Amino acid sequence: MRVLLSWMREFAPIEGEPAFLADTMTELGMVVESFGATGPSWDGIVVAKVLDLRQHPEADKIQLVDVDTGDGEALQICCGAFNMAIGDLVPLATVGTTMPGGLEIGRRKLRGQWSNGMICSAAELEIGEDAEGIMVLDPGLTVGQDLAGALGATDDVLFDLDIEGNRPDALSVAGVTRDLAARLGVPFTPPAPAFDEVEPAAASLASADIQAPDFCPRFGFRVLHDLTVGESPAWMAARLTAAGMRPINSVVDISNYVMLELGQPNHTYDLGLVPDGRLGVRMGRAGETLVTLDDVERTITEEDGLIVDGTDTPIGLAGVMGGASTEISDATTSVLLEAAVWDRMTIARTSRRLGLRSEASTRFERGVDPFGIERALDRFVELAIEICGATVAAGAEIATGTLPEPTVIPVRPERINLILNTELAADDMTAMLAPIGFEATPVGDRLDVTVPSWRPDASIEEDIAEEVGRHNGYANSGKRVPTPTQAGGLTPSQIGRRRVRRTLVGGGHSELMPTPFLAPDDLARAGLPADGITLANPLVAEESVLRTSLLPGLIKAVAYNQSHRNDRVRLFEIGQVFQPSDDELPDEYEMLAAAGSGFGPGTPGGAPGTETAAEAGVRALHRFGAELGLEGLQLENGEVDGLHPTRAARVRFRGKIIGSVGEVDPGALENYGVAGRVSWFELRVAPVLAALATPGKYKPISLYPSSDIDLAFVTPDDVPATDVARTIKKAGKGLIRTVALFDVFRAEQLGEGRRSLAFQLRLQADDRTLTDEDVATVRTRCIDEVASAHRAELRG
Amino acid sequence: MIEELTDHEATALAAIEAASTLDELADAKTAALGKGAPLTAAQRSLGSLPQEDRKEAGRALNEVRARVQAALDARDQALAAEERAARLVAESLDLTEVTVEPDVGHTHVVTQAWEELEDVFVGMGFRVAEGPEVETDWHNFDALNIPPGHPARDGFDTMYVNHGKPGSTLLRTHTSPVQIRAMLAQEPPIYIVAPGRVFRRDTADATHMPVFHQIEGLVIDKGISLADLAGTIEAFTESYFGAGFSSRLRPNYFPFTEPSGEFDIQRPDGSWLELGGCGMVHPNVLRAGGIDPEEWTGFAFGFGMDRLAAMKIGVDDLRDMFTADVRFHRQF
Repeated sequence: MRVLLSWMREFAPIEGEPAFLADTMTELGMVVESFGATGPSWDGIVVAKVLDLRQHPEADKIQLVDVDTGDGEALQICCGAFNMAIGDLVPLATVGTTMPGGLEIGRRKLRGQWSNGMICSAAELEIGEDAEGIMVLDPGLTVGQDLAGALGATDDVLFDLDIEGNRPDALSVAGVTRDLAARLGVPFTPPAPAFDEVEPAAASLASADIQAPDFCPRFGFRVLHDLTVGESPAWMAARLTAAGMRPINSVVDISNYVMLELGQPNHTYDLGLVPDGRLGVRMGRAGETLVTLDDVERTITEEDGLIVDGTDTPIGLAGVMGGASTEISDATTSVLLEAAVWDRMTIARTSRRLGLRSEASTRFERGVDPFGIERALDRFVELAIEICGATVAAGAEIATGTLPEPTVIPVRPERINLILNTELAADDMTAMLAPIGFEATPVGDRLDVTVPSWRPDASIEEDIAEEVGRHNGYANSGKRVPTPTQAGGLTPSQIGRRRVRRTLVGGGHSELMPTPFLAPDDLARAGLPADGITLANPLVAEESVLRTSLLPGLIKAVAYNQSHRNDRVRLFEIGQVFQPSDDELPDEYEMLAAAGSGFGPGTPGGAPGTETAAEAGVRALHRFGAELGLEGLQLENGEVDGLHPTRAARVRFRGKIIGSVGEVDPGALENYGVAGRVSWFELRVAPVLAALATPGKYKPISLYPSSDIDLAFVTPDDVPATDVARTIKKAGKGLIRTVALFDVFRAEQLGEGRRSLAFQLRLQADDRTLTDEDVATVRTRCIDEVASAHRAELRG
Repeated sequence: MIEELTDHEATALAAIEAASTLDELADAKTAALGKGAPLTAAQRSLGSLPQEDRKEAGRALNEVRARVQAALDARDQALAAEERAARLVAESLDLTEVTVEPDVGHTHVVTQAWEELEDVFVGMGFRVAEGPEVETDWHNFDALNIPPGHPARDGFDTMYVNHGKPGSTLLRTHTSPVQIRAMLAQEPPIYIVAPGRVFRRDTADATHMPVFHQIEGLVIDKGISLADLAGTIEAFTESYFGAGFSSRLRPNYFPFTEPSGEFDIQRPDGSWLELGGCGMVHPNVLRAGGIDPEEWTGFAFGFGMDRLAAMKIGVDDLRDMFTADVRFHRQF
């Protein structure tokens, strides 16, 4: 909402520096986004009189204009426009002027002829759109006067306000002024139009019938005759332009001017085109159509409100856009002027469905004062008489639908004081509320506050607290820090999540936050089941599926880095994934995943060495587990969606599968254009956090010496090494402290599909030094158990 | 004999002095004090001296032996030091040849801001609450006093997901549904912050992301007023931004608070930063959370974390922070 100070001053004697006024409006909740002097400086532009017009001897499209700038001397100007006559008054930018658009005017020669300034168009003055001809001024102005002074645009200030949805009243100059005047303690006087009326009365020329009373609480009209449609006066064009509206013609401009001033949208019909002058208001019917003012045929639904004529034919989309059939034209003699109030939700639905949001529909959606109709009609009439030479039929006719009951809110002053931390007396509150239209009547200890019709948002005691708070000043509520009786803190899970994140970072991984939205084919391309939940209204198809896994996002991240020559990367993400479910909400849970690239010589970023991506993934997982003390993380070789079919394992922890590890499926990498291999591990976060929340108990360290023995077994390739280690550990009956795999050896003499696994066992007891016999017993038991459990034999 | 001793001593000391390695020194030691050494022979021959000479000769011999031993020890230390120095010189390395280990991890800048903000509020006595990113329409809107058809719903640019009844399930547009979950899960008093990821149907540009991060605060206790809200914002401002920063509240509109406000932070140079929305929890919201608004009052506030993170590191375009490019993240 853009508001001119001069306009506000028509309704209240507002004084003060613009910055102070801006701060005051901001403190009232009408946030001033910016403010400044209007007409971005017309310094140097004066009213000049055309004395003579001559053809330029060398150029067809330029004429020479002699003007008088007040001293009676003829000053020659070269001008490219031809729309003025001798005797006209025109705006002249004198030599040395900087135009609003930044152009500097100097004395210069055009094809051998001197030009001592520039005659300006409305566009060049930034007062209108017209750039074709120069702006011919009102002949009543004084030659030589500053243009700004002549047009009454001096010392004006334009405030650009951000008005919130609960303040429809502030979508008008008068409404803003009322609030500001109340805070400044000066009287507010709304416009009181006065004019003469003529017979016959409006009631005999037209009628209105509300058939949809819930849609239309109040409908008012007047009848005007003999409007001359022309250009608006400069002052009105300037104000509309400053407010951000384009001047069009005097009737449209008056309509907009009244809407900006009073917040009441209004509409004009060619009365001659409305049979019998009969208007009706009803809801639409399926199958009906209407050609609107923009010459588009609109299909009507039962949810749209309509204006119909006496034959029940739609002639307007109420509150949204008028119909083409009754549009006023040069042939119009009588005009029916409508000002009405409509159901907010209906207008919102219709304007949204048709994509017809306008200044009018916005105001109707927020809520227009149903009792402001008469003033708006009268203000239009007053201006139309002044500007268009109109006459007006006697009487403003009002039809009534279902009117809202006035809202009366019982208010406890002590409750207001509690909410605001103030110590205001009931009288103080009453005095603050009265100037903004809230009437407070004392009833015992409480106040019954009647809400003004222009504040449909206010309905409860807290709303009154806000009004009192606004006008008392939020700053006057003071600042106090509440003292919770609880200690602040993070939950064990939240502390755990931080440890998890630090551990991944400590492992060399950098955290990314890729978008959780996937393209429809991403899951399939990453080798995952394509069962992600879809968005009902995605912004773009590429982001229309909720991820079920962190895998696609991290593959894309690796691909992005590779394409930017960051070949060796270690990445991780902690984030939510979403699986379909039959519950109220999808199955949403938190995952962590780490991916790495740059393995093996010859691949991008690959270091010399033989470590595979799969091995790197396993090492990264074990390092993560060891650092967090996640004892008992077990790998189970097997196929995992999205991973290399023979280089993948599931991760079991405390009896449950909580994730996977290995190498990303090379097919998926190919689909995303990733060269080389990518290491991977992912875990559900919740079981990890649960483990971290219950720290392990202290185990005493044995004071007795330990003994090491080495055992090498030849086993089939499909026996997982960790299974053998587990069997050994178990066979030690508590005497084996650690089992370390230190060599894997494959050779022809071991047999096809077999390999040797060499383990070092460290034996130790808590209560004694182990004897040779103890060690020998453990050794034998290990050999026997491994042999029988894993088809293995001791390597000689 | 005394003269002989003097000669032996001179010979031994000369040999010790001449030894240039520990091996040569060992030879000199054997020559001076070993089994066949003249001083050892002199020791043995003491017994054959007359009784009256024996004492003096013995003392002289001991003094000589002590001086020789002292010379040996000194020379041993000097040679050992020389050899150690020589060995260390031989071990010389150019430490600048050592390359930097590339796999250094970094937390995301948004995570850093997130945790820092949590810590500030934890220090003020708040707990941290969480909720799902996919929410019910009820938690995200209805319970927050935004019933179906409320014009405020339009302003949220909500993304709905195909789950359950159409329009029933959405990606939360703000962290405020966590307020409702917290109220339903615990009795007042409540002092929580809820940081989290939120979603808007918004095309990404320099200042908007369709996926971004907010932190929300909720306090419900007896006698809570607008002053408690203003004081909490102020205490947070000083703690997070530092000395010289202050805050102000000004009226605004949100369906879920009444009275509502916007809070701005004033920088030490006097300029203002619009930070977020706040207000006294609307009675309908308290009721939706199962709390009696006559007994309890409360306030809530919320703001975006991404923008704070971006400001801290001088990022002008929010999209830059969410790049996959590790060269960005390695800087922080």
